[in-house]
Amino acid sequence: MSTAISVRDLRKSYNGVEAVRGISFDVSVGEVFGLLGPNGAGKTTTVEILEGYRPRDAGTVEVLGFDPEHAERAFRERIGVVLQQSELWPNLTVREVHLAFAGYYDRPRDVDEVISIIGLGEKAGSRVKTLSGGQRRRLDLGVALVGNPDLVFLDEPTTGFDPSARRNAWEMIRALRELGKTILLTTHYLDEAQQLADRVAVLRAGQIVTLGTPAALVAEEPRTQIRYRSNGEEIVIDTETPTAVLAELTAKAVASGVELEGLELRRPTLEDVYLDLVGSKLDEVDEE
Amino acid sequence: MTRLFLHQLRVEQKVFWRNRESAVFIFIFPIMLFVLLASVYSDTITIDGVRWPAEYVLLAGMLSYGAANTAFAGLAITLVIRREAGLLKRLRSTPLPAQSYIAAVVASMLVVFALEAVALFAIGRLAFGTALPHDVLSLALLVLIGIAGFAGIGFAVASLIRSAEGSSAVVNVILLPMAFLAGSFGPARHLPKVLAWIAEVLPLKYFIELANTVYLDGDHVWSKPGPIAVVLAWGAAGLIVALRRFRWEPRES
Repeated sequence: MSTAISVRDLRKSYNGVEAVRGISFDVSVGEVFGLLGPNGAGKTTTVEILEGYRPRDAGTVEVLGFDPEHAERAFRERIGVVLQQSELWPNLTVREVHLAFAGYYDRPRDVDEVISIIGLGEKAGSRVKTLSGGQRRRLDLGVALVGNPDLVFLDEPTTGFDPSARRNAWEMIRALRELGKTILLTTHYLDEAQQLADRVAVLRAGQIVTLGTPAALVAEEPRTQIRYRSNGEEIVIDTETPTAVLAELTAKAVASGVELEGLELRRPTLEDVYLDLVGSKLDEVDEE
Repeated sequence: MTRLFLHQLRVEQKVFWRNRESAVFIFIFPIMLFVLLASVYSDTITIDGVRWPAEYVLLAGMLSYGAANTAFAGLAITLVIRREAGLLKRLRSTPLPAQSYIAAVVASMLVVFALEAVALFAIGRLAFGTALPHDVLSLALLVLIGIAGFAGIGFAVASLIRSAEGSSAVVNVILLPMAFLAGSFGPARHLPKVLAWIAEVLPLKYFIELANTVYLDGDHVWSKPGPIAVVLAWGAAGLIVALRRFRWEPRES
């Protein structure tokens, strides 16, 4: 597998505050890679360095064989960008906006095909200002695809969506992967990373605290939880040796003839792992 | 490059005429003012000892106001709104080169102003019986000089304005007094010294002089190199500020 993105020891400060503090990762061609973390973890800074928006302070970055800091048109021909916030011309129609963007590229995709991929076929003749928030986000995705990019950057593509709009967006992102695009996705929604990404890097305060497939992140966590109720009180035991602990616990209960109410053995979910990693900043993570 | 420039120019034109506010504010407003003022003033106006029918002077004045309104006010407001909306930032990640984009935005304003000049002369002729300009080359150069000078200032002011909400107010606070002092709405007489001095410094007074030269005197625009130099110098100064301060990304985020 060849490498689409390679990042080594990337660093970036703003006014003396280090937003990105020496991160390294690789993204393979055709992979969906997620940068997951709470707000202020350095996700957007990282993505904007890779997109060529801002220079880095230190480290090496290679995106599709280019250094994005110096790459000009040839690089921009091959990337598609969905920014966290950007509005397109409100008085043009969906189709006209796509045509405008298609004109910037040497080998654009068919505009009507793109509009149908993003599910705005019925809105092709509608002006941008008449679209709902979710539809505008699709439009953002459409104009990111119209240049037929090899690599698509999605910076928090579903922030502010209701659950059904989010499911739709996920379907669309899966469809992108079917097209063979490499995707770099940032999100502060854990389920989104779990649903979409082949691999996830969890960022905290500008550093990668863990990196792997969503399943591997959970598997790495040795801890298992045993829960039961005793006199109406919930007892939770975190253990790395669940077999022994459970044997001891049940032996005692059987010996004294009590039933362990609501006995439950639980592997940590990705969410548990994530919250541990980012320091349980629930207020920041749970913006939903 | 040329292909991208022409493509973007078409996009800009579509965006401009689709937007009712910009079409009315930038294109219709000077024409409306001309019709109003020319209807009110029926006398003659004296400039440098020569008496002219008021509608001729007002037509030349409104031509100058139109240049500033299009290339300075229209351009600055449009750029600030697009910057704050994230559109400029979004465009930076496409293969469209910055210089093609900037050139297309300015050329689009040039098209708007050229059409506005045509409309002003046509309405002047039909409604007030004013003559058409006979030196078309000088008129074309006048339009170009106006756009070059005021677009430079437009970029500078766009670079200095921080929010989209305030852009229209800031721009008009500069434009309307300047137009009044310079004499776009008829010569301003008996100005207090300070105001007269301000008018002497601002570029619009010199552009009006050029418009008068071409339209009233029927002389070539290049017979007035001094005023041309002042207008272009303002444009160049604006560009220098813009090169240092212009941002593609929203300031308020």
